[in-house]
Amino acid sequence: MAQLSISVNGQRHENDVADNMLLVDYIRETLALTGTHIGCDTSQCGACVVHVNGVSVKSCTMLAIQADGAEVTTIEGISDGENLHPMQEAFHEQHGLQCGYCTPGMVMSAIELVATNKDLSEQDIREGLEGNICRCTGYHNIVKAVQTAANKMQR
Amino acid sequence: MYATRYSKPKNIEEAISALQAAEDGKLLAGGMTLIPTLKQRLAAPDCLIDLCAVGLSGIAEEGDALVLGAMSCHAEVESSADVQKHLPALSLLAGGIGDRQVRNCGTIGGSIANNDPAACYPAAVLALAARITTSKRTLSADDYFTGMFETALEEEEIITKISFPKTHKASYAKFGNPASRYAMVGVFIAKTDVGGLRVAITGAGQDGVFRHSGLEAALADSFDVAAIDAVDIDDSELMSDIHASADYRAHLIKEMTKLALQAIG
Ligand SMILES: Cc1cc2nc3c(=O)[nH]c(=O)nc-3n(C[C@H](O)[C@H](O)[C@H](O)COP(=O)(O)OP(=O)(O)OC[C@H]3O[C@@H](n4cnc5c(N)ncnc54)[C@H](O)[C@@H]3O)c2cc1C
Ligand code: FES
Ligand code: FES
Repeated sequence: MAQLSISVNGQRHENDVADNMLLVDYIRETLALTGTHIGCDTSQCGACVVHVNGVSVKSCTMLAIQADGAEVTTIEGISDGENLHPMQEAFHEQHGLQCGYCTPGMVMSAIELVATNKDLSEQDIREGLEGNICRCTGYHNIVKAVQTAANKMQR
Repeated sequence: MYATRYSKPKNIEEAISALQAAEDGKLLAGGMTLIPTLKQRLAAPDCLIDLCAVGLSGIAEEGDALVLGAMSCHAEVESSADVQKHLPALSLLAGGIGDRQVRNCGTIGGSIANNDPAACYPAAVLALAARITTSKRTLSADDYFTGMFETALEEEEIITKISFPKTHKASYAKFGNPASRYAMVGVFIAKTDVGGLRVAITGAGQDGVFRHSGLEAALADSFDVAAIDAVDIDDSELMSDIHASADYRAHLIKEMTKLALQAIG
């Protein structure tokens, strides 16, 4: 067992966790924040993407204890109360989701992409989201949503 | 994942003691190779020794060399102003590894310690005649890579930094696997004072990364794309797997060499 002290969506948590617990399992099972998904066991799908100290990571490929002392943001932590984050709003407007399974990871990756790049072209967005797979293959509208959000966020 | 114990040493001495104390300890860098391996129960180390606090990060210029701490992640190498200025081909290579989330965690030390036959960095390290410094010694790239997933690293030896000669005469082209983005074939061409002209190939060899003497001879006098077609690529030592036949890989080696040459200018 290891002593974990972590901030998730602005809230501090202290827990004893197994040394081999994955961050995604801690988020989903210990904290019951089930918006972060698990879509594969090969670190390829991106359904599990969260931000650790502001950087996007695959929470299925990190131990919970590696995030000791970190500030973690999950899909549940990006809206401002009832007001959706501009990226969430854009996914809603542009029909950027079908079944929604990949959406939390897409949104978390896209937020970092837009925050760290200016003047994103369609190609930049497609390449920037390479780590996120949509099993419903709804990529066109996902790209449109990210473009829409980028225009709003960077205005 | 099997049960294990996690430790986070504060310096290299503590990390080595932790390795010595463990029965089967494993160093943990970015975890992008190790954690998937553990999840699939392909390894069962009794102890994971996280290198994140050991002080192996940072990219610095040292005379004619660019020195990368073993824990430099791919995203840092991609965006480093020093790397972009003095060794732009390395920045491009790092920016083409996997996806953004892999690049935010995966490290150069982890990549060359693992020496995956389809990994990108081994081609750069070999073509640029880089030097690998460990907790025990400094190795040349020629002595370092010894086969598929094999290196000269001994047990309880930790890579601390990798030193590359600065050059603009360098270029990398890869044909990435569309699913994983690992190299199906990657070709790194470089001309340096220390190593001369080298062509290193990853993704294709049955023994991992290797230099191609035929291509090196063809390019020795000038970077002439037309010279590539005449080179014979023997496919008997190349990998054949579900992704590509040896014959196809031989073809890709020529095509990637041409692409790399065009980018050198
Ligand atoms: C989806 C996906 C796509 C990828 N695509 C590519 C790609 O296109 N090209 C590519 O090159 N790679 C690719 N990778 C691999 C990636 O680059 C890994 O980051 C890298 O191979 C391992 O680095 P790491 O820091 O994650 O090491 P870890 O997984 O933490 O460790 C790997 C091994 O190296 C050992 N080790 C780590 N650091 C040291 C050290 N300093 N000294 C001694 N031993 C050490 C560990 O004990 C372990 O055995 C991909 C990975 C994934 C998950
Ligand atoms: S669950 Fe697929 S990458 Fe994390
Ligand atoms: S919306 Fe169904 S997986 Fe992307």
